[in-house]
Amino acid sequence: MVNVLELIDIRKSFGEELVLNHLSLSVPEHTATVLIGASGSGKSTLLRCINLLESIDDGQIFLDGNEISDPLINVDDVRRKLGMVFQSFNLFPHKTVLENITLAPIKVQGKKKEEAIETAQKLLKRFDLADKADQYPDRLSGGQQQRVAIIRSLACNPRLLLLDEITSALDPVLVNEVLSIVRDLKSDGMTMVLATHEMGFATQVADEVCFLESGNILERGSAQEVLHNPKILKTQEFLKRVHEAGRL
Amino acid sequence: MTERINSAWSPSSREAERAIARKRISHKQGLIAAASSIFVIGTLIAIVVSSPGWEVVKRTFFDIDYGREVLPTVIAGLWINLQLTFIGGACIGVIALGLALMRTTKSPALTPFRFLATAYVDIFRGAPLILIILLVGFGVPALRLSGISSNVIFLGTVAVVLTYSAYVAEVIRSGILSIHPSQRAAARSLGLTSGQTMRYVVLPQAIRRVVPPLLNDFVSLLKDTGLVSILGVTDAVRAAQINSSRTFNYTPYVVAAILFLFITIPMTRYTDRAIRQRTNAQNSEGVI
Repeated sequence: MVNVLELIDIRKSFGEELVLNHLSLSVPEHTATVLIGASGSGKSTLLRCINLLESIDDGQIFLDGNEISDPLINVDDVRRKLGMVFQSFNLFPHKTVLENITLAPIKVQGKKKEEAIETAQKLLKRFDLADKADQYPDRLSGGQQQRVAIIRSLACNPRLLLLDEITSALDPVLVNEVLSIVRDLKSDGMTMVLATHEMGFATQVADEVCFLESGNILERGSAQEVLHNPKILKTQEFLKRVHEAGRL
Repeated sequence: MTERINSAWSPSSREAERAIARKRISHKQGLIAAASSIFVIGTLIAIVVSSPGWEVVKRTFFDIDYGREVLPTVIAGLWINLQLTFIGGACIGVIALGLALMRTTKSPALTPFRFLATAYVDIFRGAPLILIILLVGFGVPALRLSGISSNVIFLGTVAVVLTYSAYVAEVIRSGILSIHPSQRAAARSLGLTSGQTMRYVVLPQAIRRVVPPLLNDFVSLLKDTGLVSILGVTDAVRAAQINSSRTFNYTPYVVAAILFLFITIPMTRYTDRAIRQRTNAQNSEGVI
């Protein structure tokens, strides 16, 4: 299998605080890598570094074999190949659902407007949002907004999708409608890296689960291994806390 | 989304009683407000009119016949103020937007422009408008440069535009800075360049946000166009001044003031409403 993403010995600090330390990770094509860990363990920072929204202090990042941590690389070209969905949706409030989705295909990929709209409408239809095309984001529920945000990323045909705790801002009833999209994408063969607190969901989609603690991957393996038979004490403690909070 | 109110609803007997009680209370409050207003305003008028100097004041400031006589010339002057406001306003909008963009850019190639724009804003925001008008209005013709108009209306407009562009640039810049960084992150992660992000995502939201303060500046602009009268432009202020200095009656000034108020009061009311709507919209924005 080809590795879409390859991280080698990543280091990242914010001032004095070391956020990622000696972190390495390979993401093969058509697989989903799930990052788990407490808040502040570096999951979001890792995703933002992959997307070049943050610069790394040391190490290398390869996308399809090309080093994207090279300072001479065109960041816009890299981001064109990556989709990113945020915890707080970040839809553009002054644009309708359809305009949110077609902005990048038209302006970045240079698609014709009609073509972009057609693709967008197909995606909206597929995820039961066809009737929301002309609404503004503030008329949508959180779950609908997050689904639109996912579609917005998909409309650019990303090589790799980065999902940053996409259900953390949603109430439990809405979580499922968002996660079912991700399950669909997984069965389509989309390559994904996702940070999540939903352990049940992680078990369903993960090809590999990585437990992050203080900016390093302490334990990695299949969902069965890491989530149900963790070998390391810190993983066991973390999962116990999650279990006590009723999220497993 | 809330359900529509059921049209078949009819109030319960308790609600009907409460409605009657509420009506009685509001009726009583209305009476009290009316009585107190009549008393206070009546007293004020009585004091003013019965004061020993009132006749002189009335003759000097509120001579209705004389006011009517000068009205056409003052209105003709006000037309100049309005033209100045609208033409100047359009130029200010364009220049201010350019300045705001220059000040917020991070592009290394534009570093000198960022520096120049900052200096420009500091200078023209910090210097009194009347000084700029005198400098441009009297200073520029003194240079006797060929090709530069010495028309006072033109030079007055240039001076006002120079100063107001600095004010408005700061308002627009504050709007740009008020857009949450997550919007920029979302746009950049879709592959938009920083220029595209500014144009399609940040700026449209920023401008919407600063419309109310811009309307405020627009009202100020209209009033401050009166300052170009010191260059000899026959605007409303100057027209009133010419008449007053002829007769030593100050009614023309009052006429000019009332004419300005006719325009500025509706505009400020409209601005207040726009601000209120903006605040309401912001409060309902929730997690975006």
